[in-house]
Amino acid sequence: MRAVVTLATAVAVLLLLPAAAAAKDRRGAALYAANCASCHGLNGQGVPSATPGVNGVDGQGPPLRGVGARAADFYLRTGYMPLANAHDQPSRKHVVFTEPEIRALVRYVASLGTGPPVPTPHPGSVSAGLRLFTDHCAGCHQAVAQGGYVTGARVPPLTDATDRQIAEAVRVGPYLMPRFSTKAITPAQLNDIVAYVGYARHPDDRGGWAIGHLGPWPEGAVTWLLAAAALLGICTLLGRRLRT
Amino acid sequence: MTKLRDWLIAAGVLLLGRGSPPAPRESRPRIVAPGEPDRRAENIVLFLFVLATIAAAAFIAVYALDRLSHQTQWLGLAIGGAFALLALAGTVIAHRLVVTEELVEPYPEDSPDAQDEIVQIVEESGSRFTRKRLVTVVGAGALGTIGAALLAPAASLGPLLHTGELYRTTWRRGRRLVDEGGTPFSADAIEEGTFYTAYPEGADRELVGSPIVVVRLPPAEIRDRKDWAPRGIVAYSKICTHAGCAVALYRKPTFAAVQPRPALVCPCHYSTFDPAAGGAVLFGPAGRPLPQLPLEIDRAGNLRASGTFSGPVGPSWWGVRMGKARS
Repeated sequence: MRAVVTLATAVAVLLLLPAAAAAKDRRGAALYAANCASCHGLNGQGVPSATPGVNGVDGQGPPLRGVGARAADFYLRTGYMPLANAHDQPSRKHVVFTEPEIRALVRYVASLGTGPPVPTPHPGSVSAGLRLFTDHCAGCHQAVAQGGYVTGARVPPLTDATDRQIAEAVRVGPYLMPRFSTKAITPAQLNDIVAYVGYARHPDDRGGWAIGHLGPWPEGAVTWLLAAAALLGICTLLGRRLRT
Repeated sequence: MTKLRDWLIAAGVLLLGRGSPPAPRESRPRIVAPGEPDRRAENIVLFLFVLATIAAAAFIAVYALDRLSHQTQWLGLAIGGAFALLALAGTVIAHRLVVTEELVEPYPEDSPDAQDEIVQIVEESGSRFTRKRLVTVVGAGALGTIGAALLAPAASLGPLLHTGELYRTTWRRGRRLVDEGGTPFSADAIEEGTFYTAYPEGADRELVGSPIVVVRLPPAEIRDRKDWAPRGIVAYSKICTHAGCAVALYRKPTFAAVQPRPALVCPCHYSTFDPAAGGAVLFGPAGRPLPQLPLEIDRAGNLRASGTFSGPVGPSWWGVRMGKARS
């Protein structure tokens, strides 16, 4: 009797597992249809020219076949997607999906074609990372990863980016950022860059006051303000006020 | 040589000689009471002027030497010291050598000789100086040396007349493109959506005409010089034509339909160049397109230059439009 119950349970579990998986897939597909399909197409084939979408917003977006779990994980966990207007630059904002929903969506997008998986960064060298970051990233993202501007777009600061998101972004190249292949930045070098960005979140400011890590402009401005105050002080010491 | 020395001594005597003191104005009563001469303060002022001259000369010497450790700090110390000593000399003059008195009087309604009075006051205020001409000459020397120190770095500004070198580049027909490690670039390895820095094989990489940036575009998108871009691979000088910074930014759209088109951007002042149109300036202060390097693919599938740049490389100078780049 007991053996029969065990067997029945096993059979039931075996039958239910694919059913559960299928349910998850259906959940991903449903989420995709509700939140992504108006711009990225029903099966991830993309929408090349503007079409009227939900709430009168024109849907238009790149195909998602073959982008893999890596890009989906990056865009969803940073809050870059969904995007209210296809013409806006995606920016870091509140993530609208719950953790299981993100997992279901990532799995669904990955199933649209064969694409790269979500990367796992390993510990790297901060000093090698500084050199690589200066070579490849600092031109836009600034030396301590505070972000800035490039003609036509804002460059996000990397202070809120997780290690995994850095590793994903280097390979994906979101919005106007170039992609970096494994030839341009090897996986070991990518670990170093991730290590440096991690360090840049809380650098040990040897100079004392960091002034927001914004670089030479505010540092110069503060110097001038302090110098101007000191000069005014010297002037009042040197001169005398005419007593009337 | 002795003649030169005689001339120098004569010039010194003429400059420093006391000459005859100006005739006192007998016609007017003095406005400012004559002050007591203060030779000690005067010596201090002279000493400070000489120190300022030495500091400014030290700036020029450190700049010309160009070999000291902590050179930047020494330069800052020298020029800062010169200014500080000059200010100190001025302070001593104001406090101890100029006759001062406090006067309160109503603003004159109509005073045609007010200007004369001011001149007179200024002249009479200097009555405490005993060696006015010496102080003037030493002070002018200090100011002149500081001026020379400020102008000294201009000597580093490129060649003025022999600009032929500025047109020269290390790229010539058949030269292979290599990466930082010296490996030749295979055309198949160049992907779209990213950028590469390349150097001429077997040439000095530190020269301004050496580094290039390589990107790949869909061949149909290339609007200018299609035969310079095999398989859509284009190469441009990495040195911005505005101020000579490295063009280290490549902007590429993820979705071209709604995002800005690909561009090479200089991070210094945001000069933006169009890689699909011969490096034309899209935005920013650059006055010339980015010089393009014609490419070809050899039998082994590697990238080679098929000529030299479309124009002179690097920041502009007065004769930049008068010549062409040559190898």
